Amino acid sequence: MKRTLKAEETFFRILMNLTTAIILIILGIIIYSVFEKGMKALSWEMLTSVPSGGYYYGKGGGILNAIVGSLVLAIGATVLAFVIGLPVALYMNVFLVRRKKLVNLIRFILDLIWGVPSIVYGAFGFTLMVFIGLQTSLLAGIITVTLFILPIMIRSMDEILRTVPMGLSEATYSLGSNKSELAFKIFTRQSVSGIITAVLLSFGRAIGDAASVLFTAGYTDNLPNSLMEPVATLPLSIFFQLASPVPEVQARAYASALVLTVIILIVSLFSRGLGKRYHKTKINF
Amino acid sequence: METAIKIKNLNVFAGKTQILHDINVEIPKNKITVILGPSGCGKTTLLKCMNRLTDLYPELKVSGEILINEKNIFEPGADISKLRQSMGLLSQRPYPLPMTIYNNIAYALKLRGIRGRRKQSILVMDYLRQANLYEEVRKRLREPASRLSIGQQQRLCLARGLAVNPDIILADEPTSALDPISSRFIDEKFQEIKPHFTIVVVTHVLRQARRIADNVIFMYMGEVVEQGPAKDFFENPQEEKTKSYLEGMFN
Repeated sequence: MKRTLKAEETFFRILMNLTTAIILIILGIIIYSVFEKGMKALSWEMLTSVPSGGYYYGKGGGILNAIVGSLVLAIGATVLAFVIGLPVALYMNVFLVRRKKLVNLIRFILDLIWGVPSIVYGAFGFTLMVFIGLQTSLLAGIITVTLFILPIMIRSMDEILRTVPMGLSEATYSLGSNKSELAFKIFTRQSVSGIITAVLLSFGRAIGDAASVLFTAGYTDNLPNSLMEPVATLPLSIFFQLASPVPEVQARAYASALVLTVIILIVSLFSRGLGKRYHKTKINF
Repeated sequence: METAIKIKNLNVFAGKTQILHDINVEIPKNKITVILGPSGCGKTTLLKCMNRLTDLYPELKVSGEILINEKNIFEPGADISKLRQSMGLLSQRPYPLPMTIYNNIAYALKLRGIRGRRKQSILVMDYLRQANLYEEVRKRLREPASRLSIGQQQRLCLARGLAVNPDIILADEPTSALDPISSRFIDEKFQEIKPHFTIVVVTHVLRQARRIADNVIFMYMGEVVEQGPAKDFFENPQEEKTKSYLEGMFN
């Protein structure tokens, strides 16, 4: 009996170590190849200028249009999704606390639409645009990406808010608080770091997705200057450059991928730092 | 003897299981009433019925009446926030609000309608002193309450409970997770403040009940077996079950 138990434990420990190693190795290869191929092509000019004529045939210019465009679009969509998503997640966990079946149904539906491929959102966004008479534009891109990240935002916040102990709700109610106060003053505070993580996760999805912005945000070589005009994004920029037959331009695609990776890295480190700081210092209202 | 809380024919079901059977008790004003009984006998559920925290659990079906100041708290249209505010709750484990030590009390004061920084600040210090916490935390009022020890957190919760200016204090095994010094403080505090409050304490610790109770409600398997003044209860129990419990036959 003791022997088999020990064998079992060894087996699963090896299995876990193995899977962890595989994941880390794959991640390492991806990051290495992006850095290795990207660093060579990356230049200051690329980060600070927009494509000049003939950029996609190997001439001068850069991807500033896509960097700024992606940031503006992703931040816009994340803010919008946060403003809509936080109340929804709070509503599910504070107001609907007695309607367990309903909440589970909502969770199930959100999980389903989380799994919908982003190209479908792109097509849906396009249909929506035609319906309300909107052209390919930053606004259309923001709306589509918001819809795309909304289930991610809501469900990841929901998972955090679920862990707020019942005793804290009881304690808050017994001071005479109502539901809104419990939701906005206690639940949000208790879950600050988790909410930041949810926002970060959604931002990462928003900035990294190509399919949902393909028809909706369009592409341009200019910097974004209006909500109503098309905007460039990094994933599409990578796509166009990678599709080029010119080796130099392909190398620039890796440089662009490197930029995208670094942006996500910076944002995630920053948010982690923020989440930690929020936990440690005074929390006031 | 004036009655603060009167419970009539209270039944609570969780799904098909009946948790409380036909509870009829009276809780006297400005006394410490101890609800005593072995684990899982429905003590906590009974306590939570009193400030309608049972509302939070969809599986619980409550019927019957609880009268406070002659008013049934289950009546539709009853102001639940106000009802809960009139009862401070001290739970088994302390749940400090996710904010600073100072704001934990200030939050309660704001709910009570006390505005103005100066006024709040004076009252915060006052309640912290009442809970014997002020000296320990006076230099760290702006730190998150979660950094306090469990015993300190429980005293903070007591201060917060007092800050809403309740008439009744409901305590659910308030000392079970605490160190001996904090426990003794809470027991003594109850004795000290009972002229101004009606205190209901749930416990399964016989010693604690003997130490603090003026009045005892003994429960077993969801029913009230015996109730009455502590002296009669401990010295001259009427029921067989009470006798065997007091002799430590089951726990």
